[in-house]
Amino acid sequence: MTDGSIKSRTGVHIEDRIIDEPSPGERARKRMFSHVGFMIGGFVLLVIIALAFLAPLISPHDPLDQQLARKLIPPIWHDHLKVTWAHPLGTDQFGRDYLSRLIHGSQISLLIGFSAMLISGVIGTALGVAAGYFGGRVDMVVNFLITTRLSMPVILVALAVVSLVGNSLTIVIWVLGLLIWDRFAVVMRSTTQQVRNLDYVVAAQAIGCSVPRIIFTEIMPNIVNNLIVVATIEMAHAIILEAALSFLGLGVQPPAPSWGLMIAEGKNHMLFDPWLIGIPGTALFILILAINLLGDGIRDVTAPENRN
Amino acid sequence: MLIYAVKRLSVAILVALTVSLLTFSMIYLSGDPAMALAGEAATQADIENIRRVYGYDQPIYVQYFDWLGNALKGNLGQSHYLNSPVSEVIFTRLPVTMILGASALSFGLLLAIPLGVLAAMRPNTLIDRFALGLAVIGQALPSFWFALIMIFFFGVALRWLPITGSDSWLNFVMPSIALGYYITPAVMRLTRAGMIEVLSSDYIRTARAKGLRPSIVLFKHALRNAIIPVVSLAAVQFGFMLGGSIVIETIFAINGLGQLAWESILRADLPMMQAIVLVLSCFYIILTLVADILNAFLDPRIRVS
Repeated sequence: MTDGSIKSRTGVHIEDRIIDEPSPGERARKRMFSHVGFMIGGFVLLVIIALAFLAPLISPHDPLDQQLARKLIPPIWHDHLKVTWAHPLGTDQFGRDYLSRLIHGSQISLLIGFSAMLISGVIGTALGVAAGYFGGRVDMVVNFLITTRLSMPVILVALAVVSLVGNSLTIVIWVLGLLIWDRFAVVMRSTTQQVRNLDYVVAAQAIGCSVPRIIFTEIMPNIVNNLIVVATIEMAHAIILEAALSFLGLGVQPPAPSWGLMIAEGKNHMLFDPWLIGIPGTALFILILAINLLGDGIRDVTAPENRN
Repeated sequence: MLIYAVKRLSVAILVALTVSLLTFSMIYLSGDPAMALAGEAATQADIENIRRVYGYDQPIYVQYFDWLGNALKGNLGQSHYLNSPVSEVIFTRLPVTMILGASALSFGLLLAIPLGVLAAMRPNTLIDRFALGLAVIGQALPSFWFALIMIFFFGVALRWLPITGSDSWLNFVMPSIALGYYITPAVMRLTRAGMIEVLSSDYIRTARAKGLRPSIVLFKHALRNAIIPVVSLAAVQFGFMLGGSIVIETIFAINGLGQLAWESILRADLPMMQAIVLVLSCFYIILTLVADILNAFLDPRIRVS
């Protein structure tokens, strides 16, 4: 379009202003790059994901290596004799390098958060879309399931189940995944209800498309934005729950460097070495904040009219 | 109104029955409950004996209906560890958790509603940004960590507040904040959104045009309508808080239901665990039932749909 206009196939000049108008995608991208929360949240989350993947390469020490001779070294910003650049964030009560544990801990948080979100997302979306699309009896049953699920306290049930079944990473992921699908179901149900009566869905029904086809090619693409927003919320939720479970001693087991577990282990030394709980807690806070900012950003960018 | 109430009540009863079924099936999560109870050194005869005494040899549905029938009569079984009736122990612990929940809810609402109203009165100004920022930060703060940070500053460094126990009201200050701040973001956003919507409606314009004082328009006309959805949200959140109090009570060593739940989990005291899950779930069900009926009473549109 160097001359500012192009010739259409019939030879008629299409006016410049139609061509130069930004496409919806371009507009969304512009909103995306100018959205501070989205950019910050996305950037921080990417950094944490990169740290998790590169953990074995970049962490200065083995996160499980105990050296009692160098225990409880404070982080470098402390004015203390033992402070050393070999352990920038210090060491814990067993002499394990805190920075290495922190970096490896991001793997656990992200793995559990992502997997539990995936499981609950599949369950909740299936239930929610079915309820929204079919309505009637199906809707009643799904609503009933959601109410039942909501009436059982998540942390209590998760703790009880983990204590009875035994705790491993896989069990924690499954228990959380099977417990937190409610928001997916609620949101997907109401969005599907909004979409299902739109003209293009009715048109697809009229030309005889099969139900799976309508759901996957007509409805899903139009509710995927909301799905992503709920996914970020639930991933953050799962990460907080895992940290709480591990903090109480019924989640990820020692010596694994879960951030919740690190806070629990540091708790007894809180009086003299508060950084033992300060550092992993801050990491947890930053991770959750980044995911939430990203989620809010995606909501603002894809559906600015739904803001708050 | 009556039809709506009856419908809503029957759903609540069905939900409660489903929850009781799920809670009951918890004992089979660990495999054979008699074997778990007997311990590792038990002989086959011991296990058989326990199976007979606790009724685990009955068909499962008989066990369930026995358990349910007893639960309806207020008999939730015998604690495996404390050797006293479960319901008795729960009722001595329940008030503490209720006080904690109520004060946490009050703290959360007293922080969230004024902030939401202020933010809605001046959208996109500094106060609005501040409220939204507070909500974003609040959502990202794990409550158990926040509790520890408060303990460190107000309990250890400044020595203003007691760290553990539940003897005086001072003991409840930090736990209430740690438990209550978590509902602030959701309540604040809902209040703000409701107020913005209501403030731009016709009847508010009319009220202003009549020359009513701004404070009367704000509180008598606007807030009363904007607060309706907050009522149901508060009920739901109160239920969540009682469930979440297990973490906070453990941290602050508060002698309530949450700590009892935690102790029972550690002792593998199954009847106690089941009873606590059941009691908290039923409490939530009743809470949402009351909130829904209250809402239908306040807003006639709900009754019809």
